[in-house]
Amino acid sequence: MNATHLKIKEYCRISNNRVLWNDKLLMEEPGSDFSTFIKLAYKKMETNYPKFFKMDDLSKLGFLAADILLKPMIRDSEISKNIALVFSNSASSLQTDRKHQESIVDRENYFPSPAVFVYTLPNICLGEISIKHRLYSENSFFIFNHFNAAYLHDYATGLIKAEKADEVLCGWINCDVEDYEAFLYLVSTEGSIAHNKEEIIKLYTSR
Amino acid sequence: MNRTYLSYNNIISSVGFDSPTVVKNIHERLSGISLIEDKNLFPDPFYASIINSDHLKKAFDKLGSNGEYTRLEQMMILSLDKIITASGIELTDRVGLILSTTKGNIDSLDPRNPMPTERAYLGTLGHIVKNYFGFTTEPIVLSNACVSGILAISVAKRYISQGTFDQVFIVGGDIVSNFILSGFNSFQALSSQPCKPYCKQRSGINIGEVAASVLVNKDRNNLPPEAVEVLGEASCNDANHISGPSRTGEGLYRSILSAFKEANVGPRDIDYISAHGTATIFNDEMEAIALNRLGLETVPLNSLKGYFGHTLGASGLLETIIGMHSLYHNTLYPSQGFNELGVSQPLNIITAPMAKNLNCFLKTASGFGGCNTAAVFKKVGS
Repeated sequence: MNATHLKIKEYCRISNNRVLWNDKLLMEEPGSDFSTFIKLAYKKMETNYPKFFKMDDLSKLGFLAADILLKPMIRDSEISKNIALVFSNSASSLQTDRKHQESIVDRENYFPSPAVFVYTLPNICLGEISIKHRLYSENSFFIFNHFNAAYLHDYATGLIKAEKADEVLCGWINCDVEDYEAFLYLVSTEGSIAHNKEEIIKLYTSR
Repeated sequence: MNRTYLSYNNIISSVGFDSPTVVKNIHERLSGISLIEDKNLFPDPFYASIINSDHLKKAFDKLGSNGEYTRLEQMMILSLDKIITASGIELTDRVGLILSTTKGNIDSLDPRNPMPTERAYLGTLGHIVKNYFGFTTEPIVLSNACVSGILAISVAKRYISQGTFDQVFIVGGDIVSNFILSGFNSFQALSSQPCKPYCKQRSGINIGEVAASVLVNKDRNNLPPEAVEVLGEASCNDANHISGPSRTGEGLYRSILSAFKEANVGPRDIDYISAHGTATIFNDEMEAIALNRLGLETVPLNSLKGYFGHTLGASGLLETIIGMHSLYHNTLYPSQGFNELGVSQPLNIITAPMAKNLNCFLKTASGFGGCNTAAVFKKVGS
């Protein structure tokens, strides 16, 4: 495996109430709040996965972005693929952490819920994607203050070079008080975009 | 491909504040788990492994730092300080820093906590540790549930193989908090007695707190006598359930198989298994199934949760460090809390300290989100 020949096969972005798949705008829903927008996106993308509605916002966002990239590939394939998931963000699962904290702060009104608590880990989103697409592959969730193309690049390259994965779904999935953002790209031996730090930053910053 | 070694190491825990002390206490079966009565942490008395706050303060004050640091930051800084000093390594741009934690400073979300809530950002925690020591590279925080501590070793190894770094300092840590206790209690996963991994009478987990650190190095020189080589490692998801382990142990089975393949070893090469063993009904049963599928049921095995409780994002790292010392002392340490096998498949649980020539051990962990990690380590020797 020659790592210098790795490519970015495709990418997906969900932010500012828009869904983009490679260069293509798949939908746009300006003005609606996150929960309305993500529900509309779920319908429009024909996701068809009732468990989606039990997920927290971070998992919904990551799941939907991953589904757009993985659905066509997995559907066409009989055997399960070895696609590693390497996600990152800055807020970890803090939006759900805050929700759990609210449920325990008042002793007179104490109602912690396992359905909320389970989502107080960022990697649960990776578990949801693995279940849907039958991925028995490596999952890693990193926290950086900002999108870190160099660390993601080196890690994905290492995984494919060491034959730990055939392809790596990489990126940034963040949900915080003010905003949300998903940017995922698939590192593969096929594709037309070179897999290097500069290209990753270019794709991440172009909207 | 570079070789990678686990080198200088430290444990800050209720069982001791350095690895040799901790290992000596484990040999004497001293558990750090006790009955805690603290209404700020949990309404009822509970069993947990908690670091004595006065000991922590005294040890941290000795560093002579002026800044304000949270409990977890103090534990992590104390732990890392010892191994950075011992290694004598200069923190250049070839030296990485990895933090493994599930919840970091989650206690700062509590309005009764004097620290600002922004302290709960894991990236902030990374930068506080980075700035304290003057690391010149961006910290990498890994938050991957209960496999984080062992996965951090895989991540360090890969960044070294890939040429990103020559050395990586890993520090893993999590604290006992109201947040964590209330959450695991809502799952009815907390045991009302000291936990009993793999035992018939097991009834759930105890939570524990620890900071553990290790230097991962590609350089075979300047290694302490307990150093081990990382022979192989792998992580595989169950693709089954987000909060329950697979009934067939699929992800753990695949992780071990893949780690064996990279290490070029088989079940007969493994002298000891440092397993996950949380003492929940389903986890321990799942591990027994996975290990039997691999023909590992006769290999001596322990869970260290009976000494430290479940220390979440630090547990895999902590237990790997104990494994290194186990190899160095050629001694198997007993699985605390175990009386009678309570899983459906045979396992060879270590019940008393035992001298045995040890060369190679397997470390495993599993966690929420269906994640599993396995790693094989080999003694370096003189």
